[in-house]
Amino acid sequence: MLMTRSRGGAAFDLFNALLMIALCVCTLYPFYNIVITSFNDPTDAARGGITLWPRVFSIENYKVVFRNDSMFHAFVVTVARTLIGSAAAVLFTGAFAYGISKSELVGRKLFLMMAIVTMYFSGGIIPYYLVVAKYLHLKGHFPVYIIPNLFNVFNAIIMLTFFRALPKEMEESAKIDGANELRIFFLLVLPVSKPVLATITLYNAVFHWNSWYDAMLFGGEKLLTLQQILMQIISSNSNVSMIASQLGYGSVTASSLKLATMVITTLPIVFSYPFVQKYFVQGVMIGSVKG
Amino acid sequence: MSGIPVKQSLARRIWLQRYLMILTLPAVLWMIVFHYIPMYGIIIAFQEYTPYQGFLHSPWIGLANFNELFADPTFRESVFNTFKISLAKLIFGFPAPLLLALLLNELVFKRFKRVVQSLTYLPYFVSWVLVVGFMYTLLDPDTGAVAKLLVKTGLIGDEVMLMGSAHSFLTLVVVTEIWKNVGWNSIIYLAAIAGIDPQMYEAAVMDGASRFRRVWHITLPAIKPTVLILLILSIGGLVNSNFDQMYLMQNSMTQDAANVLSVYSYKMGLVSGRFSYGTAIGLFQSLVAFLLMYLANYSSRKLTQESLF
Repeated sequence: MLMTRSRGGAAFDLFNALLMIALCVCTLYPFYNIVITSFNDPTDAARGGITLWPRVFSIENYKVVFRNDSMFHAFVVTVARTLIGSAAAVLFTGAFAYGISKSELVGRKLFLMMAIVTMYFSGGIIPYYLVVAKYLHLKGHFPVYIIPNLFNVFNAIIMLTFFRALPKEMEESAKIDGANELRIFFLLVLPVSKPVLATITLYNAVFHWNSWYDAMLFGGEKLLTLQQILMQIISSNSNVSMIASQLGYGSVTASSLKLATMVITTLPIVFSYPFVQKYFVQGVMIGSVKG
Repeated sequence: MSGIPVKQSLARRIWLQRYLMILTLPAVLWMIVFHYIPMYGIIIAFQEYTPYQGFLHSPWIGLANFNELFADPTFRESVFNTFKISLAKLIFGFPAPLLLALLLNELVFKRFKRVVQSLTYLPYFVSWVLVVGFMYTLLDPDTGAVAKLLVKTGLIGDEVMLMGSAHSFLTLVVVTEIWKNVGWNSIIYLAAIAGIDPQMYEAAVMDGASRFRRVWHITLPAIKPTVLILLILSIGGLVNSNFDQMYLMQNSMTQDAANVLSVYSYKMGLVSGRFSYGTAIGLFQSLVAFLLMYLANYSSRKLTQESLF
């Protein structure tokens, strides 16, 4: 590094480093505060003032959540849609991207244009709702979480960029050996595409884990997701005690449900984050080079 | 792959590519069902849609929905709110990731830089449901740790219900938007900065350029195309205020302030069941978005030769 350091420069470096530390504290503190409050005794927590450490340690909040049947059911639904939805979307979007990556494909330009138009124009939420609910009759059935989310243009473009960069020789020699494109895609291309598959799977998993909107529109009582239960508790937060009594709990219990559910829905993301964040960034890089 | 091109009939070519077609066509069909049919469904903005008659047979009523719309005071309020909130987000939220990227790039220890980067991405991956949950918990006037801190530092008075006040709504919207997205949005700038030839900086140091001058004369001009493209996209997005955030942050005290186009369209169309009216609001929003994007793109091309399309 050839940098002449002045005293002013050193002062700036120090200031900058402190500013970044402050930024990290602001970013992380909300997560931290929710976790310590969730491990505090709920009645005691209602007094407030929990800032750095639980005052009266207790796992009561979690007991409330784990005793709650609808919460457990929502957890199962959420995990199921995350696993099935991500896997299905990666294969479905990947298959399209692979087809489009072949220049000899009949209709390639048309298909690509159809995909790109959807990035700029949409019918809006109401016609979409009508198609899904009234014409396809998916409302209230589990596939409503999977099928409408099978395809994503941005992910298709990321995968397309990756497939195009694969060496041609590998596929051509397989073709000479008599393999068709289906076999090539599943047995040859997918196994060597692990980095991009990981990235796209993670994007989809985060999307499914976090989604509440489609659960609100299409889910109904049987298909509640964790985020949607959380949303119901939060959006009635201004009168927690009212909703709590509606659900047959005390207000302490509603607050417990809220805290513990927040932690339970956040932790998978926070804990897997250090291991997977490089894959997230990879996607942005491929996408931005392309765009 | 034969060396000599042989003219084959279309049907034959498709038959030869049947396996590729099996891979590609399901997604094409999916796009028709989930994007193109809904686009066609926009026509209900000009109809009196009834579920029984559907997209195809509902009676046409011309521009009646739009006439009603432009006379509707709640609609006018939602247009005003949408622009107010989006402009505030543009003014404060747009420069934030650029500033963060520049500051991150000045950090001396690269390991520290990577750690800060990774940590600031994290909120991007949690849902708005959680962010709003955090807000209710941390800003609760009786128990919230952040509310207590703000009272102690004198920034707010005692007993102020931050989440239940139309007054602080705009500030909270902008602050949480930045909190959630600043790190993630800085990635693209950092990538652009990483692509700058280091020799430029070395030459500038030789010439005795100060740090600030190097940023001003090398870094900023080099990433100008990226900044402009993102600015065009943000201007195009001025009418698309974040539905998740607005919908979730509204409560009985803030619902007037949170009444933006996307929320109003949803409430009219799907909560009140006025499908055609809600679609008309959505169509208005899309048209304005497109117009804004076009204008931003046009002026950027004229002024700086950079454009998106």
